[in-house]
Amino acid sequence: MTGTQKVACVEIGGISIALSTGDEGFLRLLHQRYDGFLSSSQPEFELEFDLTAKQTVSDDDVRVNRDGHEWLLQRGDFQARWDPRTGRGKVHQNSNPYSLDSVLRILHSLILAQRGGFLLHAASAICEGQSFLFSGVSGAGKTTMTRLAPADVTLLTDEISYLRPRADGYAAFGTPFAGELARPGENCAAPVCALFFLEQGQENRIDELSQAEGVRRLMRNILFFAEDRALVEKLLATACDFVAKVPIRRLTFYPDTRVWDEVRNFARNFNCELPGVPANA
Amino acid sequence: MPEGSIYITRSSAIAARALAGEMMVMNSANSTFFTLNEVATAIFQAADGRTPLQQIVRDTICEQFDVDPEQALTDAEQFVAELSSHGILLVSSEPLSAEASR
Repeated sequence: MTGTQKVACVEIGGISIALSTGDEGFLRLLHQRYDGFLSSSQPEFELEFDLTAKQTVSDDDVRVNRDGHEWLLQRGDFQARWDPRTGRGKVHQNSNPYSLDSVLRILHSLILAQRGGFLLHAASAICEGQSFLFSGVSGAGKTTMTRLAPADVTLLTDEISYLRPRADGYAAFGTPFAGELARPGENCAAPVCALFFLEQGQENRIDELSQAEGVRRLMRNILFFAEDRALVEKLLATACDFVAKVPIRRLTFYPDTRVWDEVRNFARNFNCELPGVPANA
Repeated sequence: MPEGSIYITRSSAIAARALAGEMMVMNSANSTFFTLNEVATAIFQAADGRTPLQQIVRDTICEQFDVDPEQALTDAEQFVAELSSHGILLVSSEPLSAEASR
């Protein structure tokens, strides 16, 4: 790193990554975008940004594969290399924040996969000390669920949920990655009580799903990009473990606030109590 | 080698795990995910690259499940063609190694 580099340390899910840049404007963007997730703790990983890339946006698919010991992350608007042995990497992009978010999400998905966690295309929120996940295809109601949440519910994300294993189950952490709500989650965490796959209907109803169906739906919604058999095997094992430990249900809901009564009742009846999780576990 | 035999083996790029009687299969090359029913799972598990598909159907499928042999072979060939198109199974007219690179 050169002497002119400035660093913003961003901690999501208890994993701290130093983002270094020589560009003052980009540094300000980092501070604004990840406000609430900035950390003064010693970073585990480091990404150095070179902002000379020309392409600003891209509809290309992400490609993530190994190049020797390094991971190579590529899309039309960015190219990044990250060495898991040193924890360091370099990113070539321009100052587009969407590229930045994508690179961070991919890096977290790689780190989490090794540690038995994952990123899930789901909204999540804390209610009465436990977290609830709401997953489903686009339009199923993830953002709607967060909009309908009562005042005592803490939003973790309306788009990308961050999950890590704990001794007795899993914990969900807040992320700065926002969806339609355009509002980052709170930087806190709670043990996961349940994962609901959303469907909108004329009534509020919770139905059981088989373990196999749970894994099938879970795998379809996990954010994972790496073309790597060992990591995919690990991820599949994690998905099976998650489904064995966390109740997976289908939540058919009519979009008004009463759906949260259903969620609270489920938690009380299912006795989801798990040990507390510190915010920066 | 019986004439017209086809041999099947699992791709080395996949991860698989059995759960509640179903096989979950994911292709690490393109992240496609499949769940196989009991019959498909039996074929998938028997795909050792050395046993002809006809023999797998006769000795495994028809033995374990109450199915018409001719229909079972037709269904097995369709299933193999589909998984082959997704890079899950590899198909050859000659014996293959137990797990082959795509």
